[in-house]
Amino acid sequence: MASSETALAAGKRARGLAPFLRSQMRNIAPFLTLIFLSGFFAFASPSFATLDNLGNILTQVSVTGIIAVGLTFVILCAEIDLSIASIANVTGIAVAYFTLQESYVNIPNIPLPGAAAILLAILLCAALGLVNALGLTVIGIPSFIMTLAMMQIAAGISALLVRGQIAYKVPDVITTLGSGSVSGIPWIVIVAAIMLLGGHLVLTYTRFGRYVYMVGGNREAAEYSGLNVKLILGAVMVISAVCSGIGGMLGVAHFGSAQQNEFDTYLLDSIAAVVVGGTSLFGGRGGIGNTIVGLFVLGVLNNGLDHVNIDSFLKILIRGLILLAALVINVYAQRLREKAVE
Amino acid sequence: MPAGQQPILELQGITKSFGGVEALRGVDFALSPGEIHGLVGENGAGKSTLMKIIAGVHTEFSGRFLIDGAETHFRSARDAHAAGIAMVHQELSVAPDLTVAENVFLGNQPTNQLGLVQWRRMAREAGEQLARFGIDVDPMSRLGDLPIGLQQLIEIARVLFSGARIVILDEPTSALSPPEVERLFATLRRLREQGTGIVFISHFIEDILRVSDTVTVFRNGRKVAETASTATSKGALIEAMIGRGGEVLEHSYNDELMLPRPSNSSVVLKVDQLSLARSLKDVSFEARAGEVLGIYGFMGCGQQELSRILFGKLRPDGGTLAVDGKARTFASTAAARRAGVALVPESRRAMLFHQEPVYKNISISILDRISSLLLKPAQERDIAKRQVQQLQIRPPVVGLDLGMLSGGNQQKVALAKWLTYPPKLLVLCEPTRGMDVGAKNDVINIVRDLRAKGLAIIVLSTEPETVLSLADRILVLKRGALVREFANEPVSKDRLLEAA
Repeated sequence: MASSETALAAGKRARGLAPFLRSQMRNIAPFLTLIFLSGFFAFASPSFATLDNLGNILTQVSVTGIIAVGLTFVILCAEIDLSIASIANVTGIAVAYFTLQESYVNIPNIPLPGAAAILLAILLCAALGLVNALGLTVIGIPSFIMTLAMMQIAAGISALLVRGQIAYKVPDVITTLGSGSVSGIPWIVIVAAIMLLGGHLVLTYTRFGRYVYMVGGNREAAEYSGLNVKLILGAVMVISAVCSGIGGMLGVAHFGSAQQNEFDTYLLDSIAAVVVGGTSLFGGRGGIGNTIVGLFVLGVLNNGLDHVNIDSFLKILIRGLILLAALVINVYAQRLREKAVE
Repeated sequence: MPAGQQPILELQGITKSFGGVEALRGVDFALSPGEIHGLVGENGAGKSTLMKIIAGVHTEFSGRFLIDGAETHFRSARDAHAAGIAMVHQELSVAPDLTVAENVFLGNQPTNQLGLVQWRRMAREAGEQLARFGIDVDPMSRLGDLPIGLQQLIEIARVLFSGARIVILDEPTSALSPPEVERLFATLRRLREQGTGIVFISHFIEDILRVSDTVTVFRNGRKVAETASTATSKGALIEAMIGRGGEVLEHSYNDELMLPRPSNSSVVLKVDQLSLARSLKDVSFEARAGEVLGIYGFMGCGQQELSRILFGKLRPDGGTLAVDGKARTFASTAAARRAGVALVPESRRAMLFHQEPVYKNISISILDRISSLLLKPAQERDIAKRQVQQLQIRPPVVGLDLGMLSGGNQQKVALAKWLTYPPKLLVLCEPTRGMDVGAKNDVINIVRDLRAKGLAIIVLSTEPETVLSLADRILVLKRGALVREFANEPVSKDRLLEAA
């Protein structure tokens, strides 16, 4: 990344290696965690370090990865989006709602051509994101509360659409992207990779990306520099909702069904991926590169725990403890960096 | 005089560096009980660093640190506090949502046996303490509702009455009006009689000379002089501070100064009947191209609100403003920027990104002019390098994080970000506050250059010297209303103070 290069150059000139490493703690620590976990599971289980299993891990983190792209933008602005999983769920249900279902599915739905169904689903998630954006910027509701309300609203729309039933069919192109593969590589992994790459390019090489970092770094200064802070905050909320929606549509195809509460675990997973990767909860630091590392840490952890012989109830506790450790490092890294700059 | 007594605080050979840059080099410093010790020096000379070491903020340094003759090493500001050291920092650090009484007793509210706060006693004692300081406010009112100057006085009062044996004041007078400064000095003298050791840092050398017993001068991280304040003069101190002839640099502005005939160039900004809740009442004026308009008034007179309205950060309750003859209501600061208005607020923290490199700080306001979608980092750096060269920003490394620069250089960066594509109207709040003589002169020269280029410039300040050194025409703002205009006539510090 360009920013880390300049930090590198400045670090070498003015400080020397030790303080430089300290200031880069946020990027180094998640990477070390990943290497440590991979090494541990490779040692503990012969079935872990195989090419097949790498494919499994990639597939398992894909939906989280797609959702985490938008969430990275939000957290970089020092905001939060708790509605991502609900919006993913409602978008997945919506695209199924507009698709012709088998006769045994008892939902009073509205079948439309595939392209129209996809378009309407995308419009729905964008609209929900826009409501988040307006609540945050125009009314001034903190994003934590605004998106908490949206989490309920989106869950409510989901409930009304499926009424406790399960839908199975989605447009063909979504089915392919969600569960098909090309020359052995699952399409969903390719889509996740493209979206992560796209997010990285936008954050690193575009004016909008710079604004996101600046608003997150010092919101007051961004406003005094004549940036339209509200517009930028609104935009990241919409981006987050649309990424969640795409993740939801492909997720439904991937799981093979659309139903209520299908994505509940993705809220915590996505937030964890972004934060474990080292993106600062205080905004302005981190990026998609960090999110990718975070995704792998979570993916290796979830997958690896299945390969070793552990009480499955203990796994939940272990995941929680590792998340806590990552949060401690996140806050600590921020403090170290502030010290290095001071 | 406390000569011969054992110092309560003694520092020997203190050296402190930040990532290879030495901020202090072998500094000795001693403070006796019952002494007011003035510190002067340019920005970045090391005064604040030394004080932060004493107050336990910086804990890593080399050299000896003795309290009452015993070697000590603080591990935190808490340790320093326990040893009886208290500091008033340059930036206000109060709890605006708590009451005045709670702020005065912050951290040590009086409690009964059950550990419950004794509100009545706290309010009474806070009222008594503040009254001794000449402050007459209801101790149960919310602190944030008071004017900034009063808030600062209350913060100083809290520290002075905390029972500390060593009190450090870093630029305590910059936000105070002259009568408030008098009250502060009277209190400091009273504390001196009680045996408190006081360190007083200020850029106002007259203040230092009036109140302190001893003056120490810092330059480039070294102590270059220490004298009794009766044995020195403003000129001598300035010379020691900057190491060149000082007299010509610092005007006292006690003499009359002739303001030029008002220009009749085009009107860039027209403000009509502007009002805002309790802050501004029917303010009307014009700013013209190639003219520096000074707006002077005490802290809390409505200057800050006025500047925020001009830049679209606050919306007025009534009145209109027009830029280049076009009526405007700015929905955001972005709209104001696009209309050609630029603002440099009084606090550098409010407009700079300390964790980002210098070039990103400079380019942020002009990114939409050099790139529509993709960033052009090479061009950004070129622009930044030009600005760094023109404004003589030190060190001239555009990739360095802004936080590594000294305060004066940060202020120049704050100006630089608006100068690549100069705006039509530049609003400067306290452009030279907290700056040393050399940096002040640099800023004055930059502003004069901009005026020559035809910008309309508004300088708002609570320091008469700042307005007098820059303005062609001066308006005096008092309690939210314009009360006097000085144009084409002689003006002096006295006359300004009288009008306010």
